[in-house]
Amino acid sequence: MKYALLVHEPQEYFDSRKDAAAMAAGRAYGEALQAAGIFVGGAGLESPRAATTVSVRDGKRQVHDGPYAETKEFLAGFGIIDVPDLDAALEWAARHPAASHSSIEVRPLLGSHFVVASGKPS
Amino acid sequence: MSESAAHTAIEAVARNSYGRLIAYLASRSGDVAGAEDALGDAFAAALGRWPVDGIPQKPEAWLLHAARNRMIDAARRNKVRQDSGPFLEVIAEDAETMAATHEVFPDERLKLLFVCAHPAIDIAARTPLMLQAVLGVDAARIASAFLVSPAAMGQRLVRAKNKIRDAAVPFRVPDPPEWDERVTFVLDAIYAAYTTGWDSLMEPSSTHHALAGDAIALGRTLSQLMPSEPEALGLLALMLHCEARRAARYTRDGEFVPLDQQETALWSRPMMEEAEKHLRSAAALKRMGRYQLEAAIQSIHANRAVSRTIDWPEILLLYEGLVKFTPGIGSLVGRAVAFAQAGKLAAGLAALEAIPAERIVNYQPFWAARGHLLQLLDRHEEAGKAFTRAASLTDDAAFRAHLLKRAAEIG
Repeated sequence: MKYALLVHEPQEYFDSRKDAAAMAAGRAYGEALQAAGIFVGGAGLESPRAATTVSVRDGKRQVHDGPYAETKEFLAGFGIIDVPDLDAALEWAARHPAASHSSIEVRPLLGSHFVVASGKPS
Repeated sequence: MSESAAHTAIEAVARNSYGRLIAYLASRSGDVAGAEDALGDAFAAALGRWPVDGIPQKPEAWLLHAARNRMIDAARRNKVRQDSGPFLEVIAEDAETMAATHEVFPDERLKLLFVCAHPAIDIAARTPLMLQAVLGVDAARIASAFLVSPAAMGQRLVRAKNKIRDAAVPFRVPDPPEWDERVTFVLDAIYAAYTTGWDSLMEPSSTHHALAGDAIALGRTLSQLMPSEPEALGLLALMLHCEARRAARYTRDGEFVPLDQQETALWSRPMMEEAEKHLRSAAALKRMGRYQLEAAIQSIHANRAVSRTIDWPEILLLYEGLVKFTPGIGSLVGRAVAFAQAGKLAAGLAALEAIPAERIVNYQPFWAARGHLLQLLDRHEEAGKAFTRAASLTDDAAFRAHLLKRAAEIG
């Protein structure tokens, strides 16, 4: 069962993400996910100021500066993990260094329910 | 085989094994709604087959087998759930084993209770989900008890079941250190079913009344499934003590009777005795908690049936313990009243006034307690105002009349 861990951070924490301590904590967390054999993918994200939004309407490409919507919290990073169930995903989300000041949204990936042993042929 | 004998047999299985069958199927598939649908179809098939073929030797095994076939059909229809094969095989093997031996299928109801009260489930859906999945209470009745439309309740239940399936909420009994908190969620959801059934008792045959009975049934199931959890026993004792007084809470004319003036002869002795038995078993486990303390307070009130007096100093002590476990507004108000009844009027009023104003604005028991304490302090005008305010905050007509009467008496 694959889950996305979506890290939502308020501005004040977002701005301090490149501090040495925050970077080290992030790296350690990534290594722990790898060591547990549950890491599928993920990364931290640059500021929404660096974001560009694209949509295609009536065959015409529309490009906008900035994220889709102005909010007080930003998507600051995401990870995808492969664990047996929601409790395991919640446990890993709680260990995320950002969990102590921001919030981690845990969402199953679409279409993965009932996948008991992913990676093996069904 | 007569049709009516088959129907009686089916009703008996539904009554005795519904929750166990759902819990078993859902714990294997992770899908509560799917289990309900499959079992519903299995019961329908039984209505067709059993009058013809006779009642099977192992009715539960027969139903599980039929439900499993429905689940296979459903899995074929829904290609997304391609990996449903393994658990369907397990169910088939279990059904065969059951049919061939004396073995009963595993009781997974505790896991189902923990799933219903999982913190990832909307808190407003937990109690309704338990009532429906574990007891088979129908959604329309749950909706009426919770004062929401059947459509809204149906939607709430569907959303919760989808969440369980899609997010893979695990069917497991949590371990320490999670245990205490997770047990609390289960207990709170059961108690919410009871208090929903308790609030309005004017019509003994009402939905509310029946729901209180359902809550006690859940409490019994829970304490059987975890006999060494003192709080489960405490909750059951609390509900039984309150339930024992049902007949005494209103006069024949429908007037509200305060607890300390109730006719103790109207209290149900068997329920009180059962409550006391559970409370003693809980005490022997030597781990105090909120529900045991609340039950102990009710136990002292119950003792008035024997002693003719209420030991308020003891109740005050119990409230002091209770506010340490749950500094909820209910226990804070209860503690203030206990101060006053134990003769410490000033301390009681001070305890009431220490409760933050924003928590009591719409909290009826606070205003009723305040009126009572002010009246004891001969501050009649303020007491009358407090009773009137309390009266404006209750939805129980008999209790409202009682509060207005007290306001008029001192005014």
